[in-house]
Amino acid sequence: MTRTEFCAGYPITPSSEIAEECSRRMPLIGGIYMQMEDELGSMAALIGAAWTGARSMTATSGPGFSLMMENIGYAAMTETPCVIVNIQRGGPSTGQPTMAAQGDMLQCRFGSHGDYSIIALCPSSVQEMFTLTAQAFNLADRYRVPVFLMADEIVGHMREKITVPDRVENVPRRELAKGVLPFYPEHDLVPGFATFGKGYGVHVTGLTHDERGYPCATNVRLHHNLVKRLVDKVENARHDVADYDIINPDAEQVFIAYGAPVRTVQQVLHDNPDKNVGFLRIRTVWPFPEFALAQFKNAQRFLVPELNFGQMAREIERYVNVPVVSIPKLGGDLHLPSELTAALGGWK
Amino acid sequence: MTFEDWFRKDRLPHIYCAGCGNGTIINCTLAAIDQMDWKKEETVFVSGIGCSSRAPGYIMTDSLHTTHGRALAFATGVKMANKKLHVVVFTGDGDLAAIGGNHFIHSCRRNIDITVVCMNNQIYGMTGGQGSPTTPQGCLSTTTPYGSAEPAFDLCELAIAAGANYVARWTSYHVKELERAVLAGLQTPGFSFVEAMTQCPTNFGRRNKFKQVADQVEFIKSHALLKVKRDRLVEEGKEVPSDMFVVGELARRNRPAMGVQ
Repeated sequence: MTRTEFCAGYPITPSSEIAEECSRRMPLIGGIYMQMEDELGSMAALIGAAWTGARSMTATSGPGFSLMMENIGYAAMTETPCVIVNIQRGGPSTGQPTMAAQGDMLQCRFGSHGDYSIIALCPSSVQEMFTLTAQAFNLADRYRVPVFLMADEIVGHMREKITVPDRVENVPRRELAKGVLPFYPEHDLVPGFATFGKGYGVHVTGLTHDERGYPCATNVRLHHNLVKRLVDKVENARHDVADYDIINPDAEQVFIAYGAPVRTVQQVLHDNPDKNVGFLRIRTVWPFPEFALAQFKNAQRFLVPELNFGQMAREIERYVNVPVVSIPKLGGDLHLPSELTAALGGWK
Repeated sequence: MTFEDWFRKDRLPHIYCAGCGNGTIINCTLAAIDQMDWKKEETVFVSGIGCSSRAPGYIMTDSLHTTHGRALAFATGVKMANKKLHVVVFTGDGDLAAIGGNHFIHSCRRNIDITVVCMNNQIYGMTGGQGSPTTPQGCLSTTTPYGSAEPAFDLCELAIAAGANYVARWTSYHVKELERAVLAGLQTPGFSFVEAMTQCPTNFGRRNKFKQVADQVEFIKSHALLKVKRDRLVEEGKEVPSDMFVVGELARRNRPAMGVQ
């Protein structure tokens, strides 16, 4: 039986095109598009749909992303596979609805209350928007975790040729084995999924719960163990989910970029055929692949162009003993290649 | 099979206080469901946050105990993604009428094929007795120490105006009528809303001069005005007492519904 695919949405610039396309195409492939009354509702509806076994997604931007945070925490706590696309725009608040930013990189990691871990992917081209979306669904099902596709307005509105493969790899969600408690983790800390309607009789709650799924909200050890597992199942998989490219690993100066700023760094490298500028291009931003930094053995400093005030630069600082130079750019424009070249030249 | 077979026996004791009306309403709902011949694996209970919303945790089926106010949005996702599932929502006055008001309006408008049982105890019971949108004007709560200054919400009028196919109100006293109303709601395609007025002795009764649980149940009973009597009063041009609430089947219609298999 083909699984129903489910997309819940609410119009918001600059992500509305995804809702429009889903509303047009989902019915043609036997799926469902629901336009909900707000982003709290669309996040809720897609979690409900996910428990019936459907691959579920939504797309939003800044203010809508903020509204989704409560139910994103619910998805993390209940280990509900789902995909959230954020076409980032300038914030805070209503900010710049039509302009690009990468200001939600820490919000997607830490935005809901309490401790948890998630996976976030950053496309920098239309092709990657395609491949990483498919990848996001597979990772969500594999680790039973919300997976974020953290694009930005530039990538969201970019037009490029892409190659659509004949077949996209589809990793099926691991079903709960009969006779096993619904939240009993397997060796990889991920429990099998007790799909609604198949007779499991699973109780799903956002309260701290035991392996039966029953609330036990005052048990100190149980809460510690549960939250630790929710974090560890993602953090332990950091090597498996890592996706990055390393260019010129012997360089002393190294750019690190994700999303649209990748394009500017590519231009700088293209214009500078000497192999003296390194580049770490990251697609899986959370969990952050800190082991990739060690591959630049001669690195004297890392340069991090971002469309924010250094959100990921701060994360990189935690791992290296050389200077990390944040190159922020706010307002909606990409860095010019000359701005990045100037940053290189200012160093001795 | 009886309604008792729907309960999880390993979840007892439950969290409800002595004298709480929620157990009565859960029993009435399960008794109605038992008459529907639904299979457990095809039935899903969804709830939000509050005393009422703990109910699905005591029932054997698949169930989703969600975030505050969002039960109907979660239920919409469950129902639309698998229309074979029978979806029943337990909620309360704070969960449905305050934080979840928008989802309530739009679920009625969509007329989505789910049944909602609202346990209206006119108070936030679980958090310690704060005033809710259905706390009657003048009543005391921990956040209305001088008496509630706000008019109370009529949830059934809201559901009717927003487009629900079936709307009824009964009380924790009228158990047979409540069971029949839930059954009618389950049988009606589209959005069915059954409001059950109920007593909260711990957090409403003791602050509002109901020394015994029975006093509050008696008050609820004596202030329930049958719809036929209300209609007769209106017909005769007489005044409808403002401190009474109407009980009975308030709407049953056949607007186009979503999610019907």
